[in-house]
Amino acid sequence: MKKLHMLDAINVAIHEEMERDDKVFVIAEDVGEYGGVWNATRGLYEKYGALRSMDTPISEAGFTGLCVGAAMAGLRPVTEIMYMDFITACMDQLVNQAAKADLMSGWQMELPITLRAQYGSGSREAAQHSQSLESWFCSVPGFKVIIPSNAYDAKGLLKSAIRDNTPCIFMENRNLYYDPVEIPDEEYLIPLGKASVKQEGNDLTIVTYGIGVPVCEKAIKKMPDASIELIDLRTIVPLDMETVLNSVKKTGRLLIVHEASAGFSVGSEIIRRVVEQGFDYLDAEPLVYGNLRTAMPFSANLEDSVLITPEGVEEKARYLLTGVC
Amino acid sequence: MSKKNEQCRQNLKTMMIMREFERVIKDLANEGFVDGAVHCYTGEEACALGVCLNLNDDDYVFSTHRGHGHAIAKGLDLKKIFAELMGKASGVSGGYGGSMHLFDTKLGFMGGNGIVGGGVTVATGTAYASKYLNDGKVTVCFFSEGASNEGWCHEAMNMASLWKLPIIFACENNLFAATTPSYKTLANPDIFERAKAYDMVGVKCDGNDLDECIKVSKKAIDRARRGEGPTLIEFKTYRVEGHCRVIRDLEIFRPKDVVAWWADHDPIKVYSERLVENGVLTKDEIAVIAKEVDAEIKEAIQFGKDAPRPSTEEFLKKISERYAI
Ligand SMILES: Cc1ncc(C[n+]2csc(CCOP(=O)(O)OP(=O)(O)O)c2C)c(N)n1
Ligand SMILES: [Mg+2]
Repeated sequence: MKKLHMLDAINVAIHEEMERDDKVFVIAEDVGEYGGVWNATRGLYEKYGALRSMDTPISEAGFTGLCVGAAMAGLRPVTEIMYMDFITACMDQLVNQAAKADLMSGWQMELPITLRAQYGSGSREAAQHSQSLESWFCSVPGFKVIIPSNAYDAKGLLKSAIRDNTPCIFMENRNLYYDPVEIPDEEYLIPLGKASVKQEGNDLTIVTYGIGVPVCEKAIKKMPDASIELIDLRTIVPLDMETVLNSVKKTGRLLIVHEASAGFSVGSEIIRRVVEQGFDYLDAEPLVYGNLRTAMPFSANLEDSVLITPEGVEEKARYLLTGVC
Repeated sequence: MSKKNEQCRQNLKTMMIMREFERVIKDLANEGFVDGAVHCYTGEEACALGVCLNLNDDDYVFSTHRGHGHAIAKGLDLKKIFAELMGKASGVSGGYGGSMHLFDTKLGFMGGNGIVGGGVTVATGTAYASKYLNDGKVTVCFFSEGASNEGWCHEAMNMASLWKLPIIFACENNLFAATTPSYKTLANPDIFERAKAYDMVGVKCDGNDLDECIKVSKKAIDRARRGEGPTLIEFKTYRVEGHCRVIRDLEIFRPKDVVAWWADHDPIKVYSERLVENGVLTKDEIAVIAKEVDAEIKEAIQFGKDAPRPSTEEFLKKISERYAI
């Protein structure tokens, strides 16, 4: 066992996968010689050389498109978008190329591409550096979407993503990067599409992922009287509805919490499915709690008024539990 | 003092203000007065000033993430720039933008950009409008060599040349993009030569020599104003500091002799030595300028500190309308 924070865990995961499979390589801006602006890819260049840890020009369309072709030719690219906000610069390569080539070819090819994207809000980085864009990728058929909430999960999930034969969007919240967690020395994988029940309870189900997990944990600590079940989805696509439905069946109440705003969100989709598949389980209207729907303003007081908080979670939870605001 | 000498004095002072701005902003950030990303323009002062001295107030300028110097050169109010970086309502963008999003449409300052190369096609749009409206305005688009590798740059330059738009593509080649030196990203280190491919005028310019920057930009801006089409100017310069406040990449890719060479070619050093040599200013007179700069900066900082935060209430009201679904 070793205590590692999420960036270290990610670094180890990539090292292990590159060691294991010489088709795995890393390509993106600043990932090679410097080791990544977040240091997540440090040591690869020294160990595996430039071809397997390639620094690119600032050409997101160029290098993600290149990843699609490299994958078609049998390699397993791991690429990186420094802030997820910049993923707009390569949307054609991802949405029209990576996500669709397997079907268009009549399933003649597989696209084992992993795209790591750092994201998050609350760090005063304004409108073009604060977005949570997971629902775009959830809405396009063809991607898996993975969002770990801690270093342990990040390692196991990233290794599974790299071994997966379809394009995986792996989102890393920068506010979770530096929390140390016990990580076993032995190798482990976490399967994609399996949620984790962080805490069992009988009266309310809270479904969340990413930064939502520590936010909800703080809220739950402030409600020792309540029996709350907390589910960390870990993978958004595929979505572990079995775990969610089993929990709602038990509790009858559902709150979904995420950093992305509630409208047209992952939460909306979960509610759609719970209503379709578990309508009779519900004792109260299900709620989604997310950041306010806005482009992110810079000034601290404005940004703070947008963000999800433990207090906000507590308020929604208490409402669902008691029926009063 | 002759008018010409008076102008030289002012030019030196403006560059010294830009330099001092970056020096104090780091302290302000460390003291908690400035949040978020901060990219310093230190060492590149002559490029922005050389260009902007040839512009009218209503000419358009598009800036970058490294835009404090562009804003000062275009004549934005120093006090309001400080206030913006401090997230205050009196800031140039009302505290909504921060360091990377300085805007002042009254002065044709169409914003910094958090997206590298994000402004290049947009700038082509104001140039198109100027041709359309026959308003005699010129657009300048600043970007650095990293941005030149985004596909957008190629698309914009081709259109601008095709339609003879009044735009200057002002590429500040400071030899670095984040942690990556340009020799790792540019197949041809002379970016100005790309102009040939678009049948556009391309010139290179010593970006650390203010007089040359003024002369080369004047020629290009005059051409554009006469309707003779765009110019790509490549300013050869050097990013003296690390990429930004959080990414400290000065320990790598910086041979001592190279750093020393650029220090010797520092734009403020070059210009002030020339002024002394030509009898325009004495060393004592330059010391007086330094005192003025110090006082103006201190006053502007105080303005920023005293200014109020933007109203959360107004923000919430505005977004509930603007982002309604
Ligand atoms: C589309 C996009 N990709 C990546 C980034 C991350 N990033 C911010 S600044 C920067 C380096 C920019 O280099 P350059 O264009 O040379 O500008 P300089 O910093 O030298 O002024 C990078 C990669 C970004 N902001 N936008
Ligand atoms: Mg650069």
